[in-house]
Amino acid sequence: MKKLLKFLKGYYLQSVLAPTFKMLEALFELLVPLAVAAIIDKGINQNNRSVVLSMCGIMIALGVIGLICAICAQFFAARAAVGVATRVRSALFSHIQKFSYKNTDKIGTSTLITRMTGDINSMQTGVNMFLRLFMRSPFIVFGAMVMAFTISPRLSLIFLGVIAILMVVVFGIMLISIPIYKKSQAKLDRVVGKVRENYNGARVIRAFNKEGAEIEEFDKRNDALTKIQIFAGRISALMNPLTYVIINLAIILLIRAGAISVNSGNLTQGELLALYNYMSQILVELIKLASLIITLNKASASGKRVFAILDTEPEEKRTAEAKSTDNGSAVCFDNVSFRYHKDGDEALSNISFSVNKGETVGIIGGTGSGKSTLINLIPAFYAPTSGNVFINEKNALLYGKKELNGMFAVVPQKAVLFKGTVRSNLLFGKNDATDEELLDALSKAQALDFVNELENKLDATVEQNGRNLSGGQKQRLTIARALVRKPQFLILDDSASALDYATESRLRSALSSLDYSPTTFIVSQRASSIMHADKILVLDDGEVVGMGTHAELLESCDVYKDIYRSQFSEGGEAK
Amino acid sequence: MKKKQSLKKDLKTFGTVLKFLKIYRIHFILSLLLTAVSVGLTLYIPILVGQAIDHAVGAGAVDMSAIGIILTKILISVLITGVITWIVNVLNNRMTYGIVKNIRRKAFLRIQEFPISFMDSNRTGDIISRTITDVDTFADGLLMGFTQFFNGIMTILGTLVFMFIYSPPVALIVVIVTPLSLFVASFIAKKTHSMFKLQAEIRSEQTSLIDEAISEHKTVAAFGQEENIQRDFDEINNRLEGASLRAIFFSSITNPSTRFVNSVVYALVAFTGALLCIGGNAGMTVGRLSSFLSYATQYTKPFNEISGVVTELQNALACAERVFELIDTPVQTPDTDTPCEPEKINGIVEFSNVSFSYTPDKKLIENFNLKTYEGQHIAIVGPTGCGKTTLINLLMRFYDVDGGEIRLDGTDIRDYTRKTLRSSYGMVLQDTWLCSGTIRDNIAFGKPDATDEEIKEAAKAAHAHSFIRRLPDGYNTVISEDGGALSQGQKQLLCIARVMLCLPEILILDEATSSIDTRTEIRIQKAFTTMMNGRTSFIVAHRLSTIKEADLILVMKDGNIIEQGTHTELLEKNGFYTKLYNSQFVKE
Repeated sequence: MKKLLKFLKGYYLQSVLAPTFKMLEALFELLVPLAVAAIIDKGINQNNRSVVLSMCGIMIALGVIGLICAICAQFFAARAAVGVATRVRSALFSHIQKFSYKNTDKIGTSTLITRMTGDINSMQTGVNMFLRLFMRSPFIVFGAMVMAFTISPRLSLIFLGVIAILMVVVFGIMLISIPIYKKSQAKLDRVVGKVRENYNGARVIRAFNKEGAEIEEFDKRNDALTKIQIFAGRISALMNPLTYVIINLAIILLIRAGAISVNSGNLTQGELLALYNYMSQILVELIKLASLIITLNKASASGKRVFAILDTEPEEKRTAEAKSTDNGSAVCFDNVSFRYHKDGDEALSNISFSVNKGETVGIIGGTGSGKSTLINLIPAFYAPTSGNVFINEKNALLYGKKELNGMFAVVPQKAVLFKGTVRSNLLFGKNDATDEELLDALSKAQALDFVNELENKLDATVEQNGRNLSGGQKQRLTIARALVRKPQFLILDDSASALDYATESRLRSALSSLDYSPTTFIVSQRASSIMHADKILVLDDGEVVGMGTHAELLESCDVYKDIYRSQFSEGGEAK
Repeated sequence: MKKKQSLKKDLKTFGTVLKFLKIYRIHFILSLLLTAVSVGLTLYIPILVGQAIDHAVGAGAVDMSAIGIILTKILISVLITGVITWIVNVLNNRMTYGIVKNIRRKAFLRIQEFPISFMDSNRTGDIISRTITDVDTFADGLLMGFTQFFNGIMTILGTLVFMFIYSPPVALIVVIVTPLSLFVASFIAKKTHSMFKLQAEIRSEQTSLIDEAISEHKTVAAFGQEENIQRDFDEINNRLEGASLRAIFFSSITNPSTRFVNSVVYALVAFTGALLCIGGNAGMTVGRLSSFLSYATQYTKPFNEISGVVTELQNALACAERVFELIDTPVQTPDTDTPCEPEKINGIVEFSNVSFSYTPDKKLIENFNLKTYEGQHIAIVGPTGCGKTTLINLLMRFYDVDGGEIRLDGTDIRDYTRKTLRSSYGMVLQDTWLCSGTIRDNIAFGKPDATDEEIKEAAKAAHAHSFIRRLPDGYNTVISEDGGALSQGQKQLLCIARVMLCLPEILILDEATSSIDTRTEIRIQKAFTTMMNGRTSFIVAHRLSTIKEADLILVMKDGNIIEQGTHTELLEKNGFYTKLYNSQFVKE
C-alpha cells in the first residue's frame, strides 16, 4: 500500500477529489429516506398533497446533483487509476532494464511479462474501484447508521452489531483469498511460459513430433490454473449470500424490535420504514462492496507481484577489491574467478592477463571452457566472484554503467535483432549515426551486398529475432551494429560462426584495418580467425592454459596445438 | 453499413461463445432455474416486510403475533435465498473458468497447427496478449454476465409481475420511465466499444515490445539502449494511458446516468404512491408503498447492473474477438486423408523441379532437382543466404513447395502425415531452442520413455556428459526458458544429444556444430558417422573440413546448385568450391 502511494504522487488531487465527490453523491442519497419518511408522516398521514409534491421535487433535485457529483468522481478516479498504472508500468519497465545479467537469468521472461501486463491491469482496476467505491460504501454504511441513530438510538444498536459482524466476514474472506489469488497468478505465469515456449520453439517441437506432449503439458498447467481460479471463486462466492443473509436477519430483528417500539409509542410507522430503508441501503452498498473486495483482492495480489520485482535489487552489490592498477593496460584481469551459482563449479579460475590499447586478443578453447564468461566480465555484465577487472587502469565495477557501456561494443554469440528495420537495428549502436556511417559499418561487416539486395535496403523490415533473415545475415548485421559505434573496445563473441570462410576472412581484414583501431577481443572456435591476433588466450575448463602469439603457442601449448591440428589436419592442406 | 458489419461480427463472436457454452448446458440451465427461484424469493421478502410494517400502525395498535408469523416466513426465505445464491455463484464460477480454460486450450492447439510462416512473421508478445490477457478480460466479463445479467432480467420480470398485481398505475409509470436507462446505457456502450478495442490493440502492441525487450534484455543492456527502449515503451504507454482513460471514463458514466434515471423513477413512485394513499383508493397503504419503493430500487437496480454488464461485456467481446481471430487464423494445410504409412523409411530423398520463395515477388529456389540414395551423406555449402536453410525447411515441411515435389522413398512428402515424415528425421538446427525443464527432460525430448542409461549414453556421444556432470544438480539441473547461463556451444551439445537419443532414419544438421570447438566437433562427427551408418544425412556447414567425407557436396548460390560432386572432384574442377575451400586457409 505504501509503495502504491509513491505512484499516486501527482494524482493526489484526483485521488482526493474522486472519493470526495463520491461521498457527496452518497450524502445526497442518504437524504432520500428522510424525504420518504416526510412523505409518509407529514404527507400521507396528514393528507397533505403539497408536502408530497415538494418532497418528490427535492428527491429529483438530489438525483441531479448526485449525477453531477458521480460523473466528476468517475472521471477523477479513472484519471488517477490509469495514471498510476501508466507510471507503475513505466517504472517497472525501466527497473527491469536496469537488471543485471544475473537477475535476468534468475527471474525468467514469462513471469516478467505477466507482471507487466495482466498484473498491472488488475492493479489499475483495483485503484479505480477503490477510489470510486471504497470511500463511498463505508460512508453510506456508517452514514446510514448515524441517520438511524438520529431516529432511534436504541434500535440503531442493531445496526452497530450488523456492521461489526459484516466487517469480520468481509475482512476474513479478504485475508483468505489474497494468497490464493497470488498463487493463481503464479499458475498463470506457467501457462504463459508454455505458450511462449511453443511459439518460439515451434520448429523443434514439430520436428520431434512433440505437439501431443506439449498439449498434454499445457492442459496440465491450464487445468491447474482453472482449478485454483475456481477455488478462489468459490470463496469469493460466499461473500454475497453471507452479507445478504446477515443483513436480512438484522431486518427481521429490526422489525420485531421496531414493532414493539411502535406499539409502546416510541416510534412512528414512517420512522420504522425509514430505518428499514437505511438497512436496505446498507445491503445494496455491501453487495457492491463485496464485488469490490474481490476485485481488490486480485489487485492486491497483483500489486504484491509487481512490487516484488520493483524491490529486486538490480545491481549485484560487489565492492571492488582494488580501485586501480598502474600497468598502462587497456584491459587487465587480476586473479579473476567467477561462478554463476553459489554452489556451482567455478566457470573461471584465477585468470590474469593484460592487454594494451589497440591490441587484438584471440580467445580460443573447448566448448564450455569459459570463453563467453570471460568476455562478459570485461564490460562488467557480471561482476567477478573474486579478483579484479581493470578497464583503462580503473576497476570496471567503479565505472558508471552508462560510461562503461559507451566504451564497448559487443557482438553477442546469439545474433539478436529487434523488430523494426535494418536501420533501426543499426541505430542501436549509435542513435545519431548518419546514413553514411551506417553504410560504412555495413560494408566493413560484409553486409552491404545483401542489404543492398533487400527491398527498401536500409529500411527493409526486420521481424522479431530477425526471423526473416538467415543466420549469417543476422550475424553480419549484429557486427555492423557494433561497428556503427566506433567503440574503444570491440568484443566479438564467436560472432562469425555462421559466416562462410570467404566472407569471414574479408571481415577479418576489414576489422584489422579499422582507422580507430579499437582494442579487440575475438572469441572463436576457428584457429584461423585468431591466429593473427597480438595475443591469444587458450582456455580449458575455466583456466588459462596458454597465452602468447600463434607461433609461441604452437611451440608451448599442447591444447592449442591440438586445436590447430584438428582444423588444419594432415598439414598439406593448409597452405 | 459499417455499423451493421460490426454488429454482425459481434453476433458471430457471441455465437462462438455459445458454442463453448454448450458443454456446460446443464450448469447453465440449473443456474438459470436457481436464479429464478432466488429472484422470486428476493422479491417476496419486501412484500412480507411491507405486510409487517402495515401491522405496526401506531402505539397500542401493533399485532405482534401476526408480525411474528411474517417474520418467520422472512427468515425461511432469507436462508433459502442465501444458500441458492451461493450455489448459483459456484455454478457460474465453474462455467466461466471452464469455458475460458477451453478457449485458452483451443488457442494453444491452434499454435501447434499454425504454418511456420505465420510464426515467422508474428510477434510472440501479440500471441501472448491474445491467449492470456484477452482471455482473462473475457473471463471477467463473462462471469459478470452470468452472475448479473440473468439475475437482472429475471428481477425485472418478477418485479413487473408483482407490481402489476398490487398497483397497475404505479407499475405503469415504472415501466414507461425505466427503459430510459437502458437507452442511455446502450448509447454509451456503443460509443465505448471501439475505445475498448483500441485499448486491447495498444496493449497487445505493448506486450510485444515488453516480450522483446525482456527476452533480449542482455543485448539491450550491452548496447546501453535502455533509454531508447524506454522511450518507445513510454510512447506506447502514454497512448495506452489515453485510450484506457477514455474507455474507462466513458464506460463508467453509464452507471451514474442510469442511477439518475432510477432516482427519477423512485421519486415518481413515491409521488404517485403517496397520492394514491391520500386518495385512499386502489388499496394503497403505507406498507404497500414501502414494498413499492423497494421494488422501484429493485426493479431499476438490474437495469443499472445490466448497463454495467453491457460495458463489461463490450470489453469482453472486444477481447473475445481478438482471441477468436487467433483461433480462426488459417492453419497449415491439413494432412492428407489417405496417408501413406510405410513400415520402414529407407531415406531416399528426391527433389523434382522444386520451386519456392518466401515472398512471391522474390524468387529463391527454382527448378531444383536432386536425387539421393539410401545412406548417402549429402553436404550443402555455399555463401550465407543462398538458401541452404530453406532446403531444410522444405524437407521438414515447415514450408510447402510452391511448385514441383519432394519425394521420400518415391512418395510425395505431402502424402505422408507430418508425423510420419518428421519422425523419420532427426534435426539439429542453428537455433538452439531448449525447453524449460531439467537437462534430462531436454535430452529425452524426442523420446520421453528413454532410460537414464540411454540418456547418459546419448550425452556421452554428444560429448555433453562431462559438462552436465559438473552442473549443480547434474542431469537434474533445471534450465530456464532460453537455456539460462549455458553457453551457446553447450546448448548445441544438448541439441545434438537430443537427436542422438532418437536414432532417426534421416539426419539433418543445419550448422549444428558451429559453436562447438573443433576438437569436440571431430569427436561428435565420429559418433554421428557410426550412428548414421546406412542412414541418409544432410549437413549444412561452413567449416568445410567437417564435410570433406560427404558422399555428395552440393555447392549452392542464389538458390541454385552451381557445382556438385565429392570433395576431390570439386577441388579438381577448381571452381567456386575450390575458392571457398581455399579461403579457409588464406593467410593475409
